Amino acid sequence: MDKTANLEAIVAAHSGREGPLLPILNDIQGAFGCVDEDAKRYLAGALNLSRAEVHGVVSFYHDYKSKPAKLPVLKLCRAEACQARGCDALAADIAAAAKGKCEIETVYCLGLCSVGPNAMIEQTVHARLDGPTLTKLIEAL
Amino acid sequence: MRIAISDDALALACGADAVAKAMAQAAPDADIIRVSSWGMHWLEPLVEVDGVGYGPATVDDVAAILDGSSSLNIGRIPDHPFIAKQQRLTFARAGITQPLDLEDYQATDGWLGLAKARELGPDAIIETVTESGLRGRGGAGFPAGIKWKTVADTKGPKKYIVCNADEGDSGTFADRMLMEGDPYCLIEGMAIAGLAVGADKGYIYVRSEYPHAIAKLNAAIQASADIVAPFDIEVRVGAGAYVCGEETSLLESLEGKRGEVRAKPPLPALEGLFGKPTVVNNVLTLAAVPYILANGAKAYADYGMGRSRGTMPIQLAGNLKYGGLFETAFGITLGELVNDIGGGTQSGRPVKAVQVGGPLGAYHPPGDFHLPFDYEAFTAADGLIGHGGIVVFDETADMLSQAHFAMEFCAAESCGKCTPCRLGSVRGMEVLDRIKAGGRAAADPVEILPQMHNAPKQGRSIDDELSLISDLCETMKFGSLCALGGFTPYPVMSAIEHWPEDFGARADMVKENL
Ligand SMILES: Cc1cc2nc3c(=O)[nH]c(=O)nc-3n(C[C@H](O)[C@H](O)[C@H](O)COP(=O)(O)O)c2cc1C
Ligand code: SF4
Ligand code: FES
Repeated sequence: MDKTANLEAIVAAHSGREGPLLPILNDIQGAFGCVDEDAKRYLAGALNLSRAEVHGVVSFYHDYKSKPAKLPVLKLCRAEACQARGCDALAADIAAAAKGKCEIETVYCLGLCSVGPNAMIEQTVHARLDGPTLTKLIEAL
Repeated sequence: MRIAISDDALALACGADAVAKAMAQAAPDADIIRVSSWGMHWLEPLVEVDGVGYGPATVDDVAAILDGSSSLNIGRIPDHPFIAKQQRLTFARAGITQPLDLEDYQATDGWLGLAKARELGPDAIIETVTESGLRGRGGAGFPAGIKWKTVADTKGPKKYIVCNADEGDSGTFADRMLMEGDPYCLIEGMAIAGLAVGADKGYIYVRSEYPHAIAKLNAAIQASADIVAPFDIEVRVGAGAYVCGEETSLLESLEGKRGEVRAKPPLPALEGLFGKPTVVNNVLTLAAVPYILANGAKAYADYGMGRSRGTMPIQLAGNLKYGGLFETAFGITLGELVNDIGGGTQSGRPVKAVQVGGPLGAYHPPGDFHLPFDYEAFTAADGLIGHGGIVVFDETADMLSQAHFAMEFCAAESCGKCTPCRLGSVRGMEVLDRIKAGGRAAADPVEILPQMHNAPKQGRSIDDELSLISDLCETMKFGSLCALGGFTPYPVMSAIEHWPEDFGARADMVKENL
């Protein structure tokens, strides 16, 4: 399926919804790994919004990227409860291992705050991480 | 043989799937079921074999667990002190039922509250919720019954129930555990709210960081659609913005807009989602309602102290030996929670600071351990209980870094609508950076320009910087539109007040500047 047909299908899937923009953007981010200029232009036309409005929404939310990630994404929690369990030192420990293997993103809390440091790789969650365990996970990517 | 293992995201993150798989291979005749989590997180993956618990289990422990010789044996789980000491009303099914099993739900008093609500009708439902003393569990502690009454009394053809499941606070996971572990309880609570105010549509706004909760909710909504009809529920997924937990920002986001906070009035109860009267409640608020309807207002209100009635699912997190979910009546002290229940720090070092109420909550020193868990008591101590998260730090914590992080978080998550928050947070980081560097000997090149009439013409000492940041915090506190900018001063100022030595400041100087 070409890109426009794909966008059409995503928009059509949400046609019955009230306030459909976020569900649509979530699906676009999921399907393409980003919400790029083409997608924004298409959505403005399809939903009868200005491009500025669509851009304003897309740029507000951390989850929407302008380019797809080249490598697998590792989301490392850097919020307080994980800080108290050593996530800052962990981030430094794995920096070298991550090079060329994955992109490290910061998230603030994964809701696993009693067993940190925690990370999410794609949709799987990992807890009780330390340098060696996380390095092993990265090497397996 | 009945073997129960949780499939909650936290158990999965600790390796529950691998253990379950190994169990199935080693005991092919056993009945292996996946249940919600008991909330004893240090013991996950917790394996329950015919009522006896073993944890934290790994694949290597499977054989010993099956023949009963494992040293991980904790005895009967309900008798474990961590569970036996709790008063579980909202989390009564935690660890016991299979989250999506309708028979399990029914067998554990499920849908009794909804049946009662249908019998009572709107006025009596609202009266019951008001009398129970239930207050919003999302942070602000507003009485739920009064909010519902406002929506019920507002005329309109269309009204909404919006469940706030954005749970962005670090140190909190009770919403997640409830959505994953007992989704029908939330659905029942929302349906009761719908009956009370005359709404037939509900939205659950869940943060995107919770894929397991989203999947469970969607499955549960589908399976229970006929039971709650004509009430209809839809899950909406956020997109990684902390501020969308603020109720008006959440409504903007649901409408498909930037999550910018709205000025109040109008209250969402009068003009909420798409301008229609809307109840916005936290997951835990709504999930407390089925118990209240089924057992009566008094049964709930008998728990608690002062104006904080009922129970609170408290979340023990950070550097604690026994972290997890502890639901108990209001009134338990902070010290009991940290030392007696939580077992002190995991690292074994002394406790330095405890942040209560998420990233916008104050840092408390052990000197505050006498404080009872109660909305008013924490407000009086310049803190807040928020969504009930407790994050413990040991003596290695640097409170200047924690204060800096509070400002950094505010800057990263600010919706940008008002200046004290959008700019103040960045200026706050800069001031704290300068304090870290020990003050500034020379004047700032911009500040010495002739047109900068009010700026100092020489360098600033740490004490000057501290008075600057308390000024800034004052401005943020009183000049911000919502609590993101308005409450960020709590963690910052509490850190300076209680640990001035981390800021290179003399304690008496700090007291003067505060
Ligand atoms: C920055 C900010 C973030 C918030 N995040 C949440 C949240 O994640 N979940 C929540 O229930 N309430 C959150 N709140 C509180 C909501 O604005 C609102 O008070 C609450 O949803 C009302 O429900 P309740 O009365 O049941 O607590 C937040 C408030 C602010 C200012
Ligand atoms: S305080 Fe911050 S988050 Fe709240 S409305 Fe103002 S800019 Fe937005
Ligand atoms: S703070 Fe890291 S998971 Fe909550």
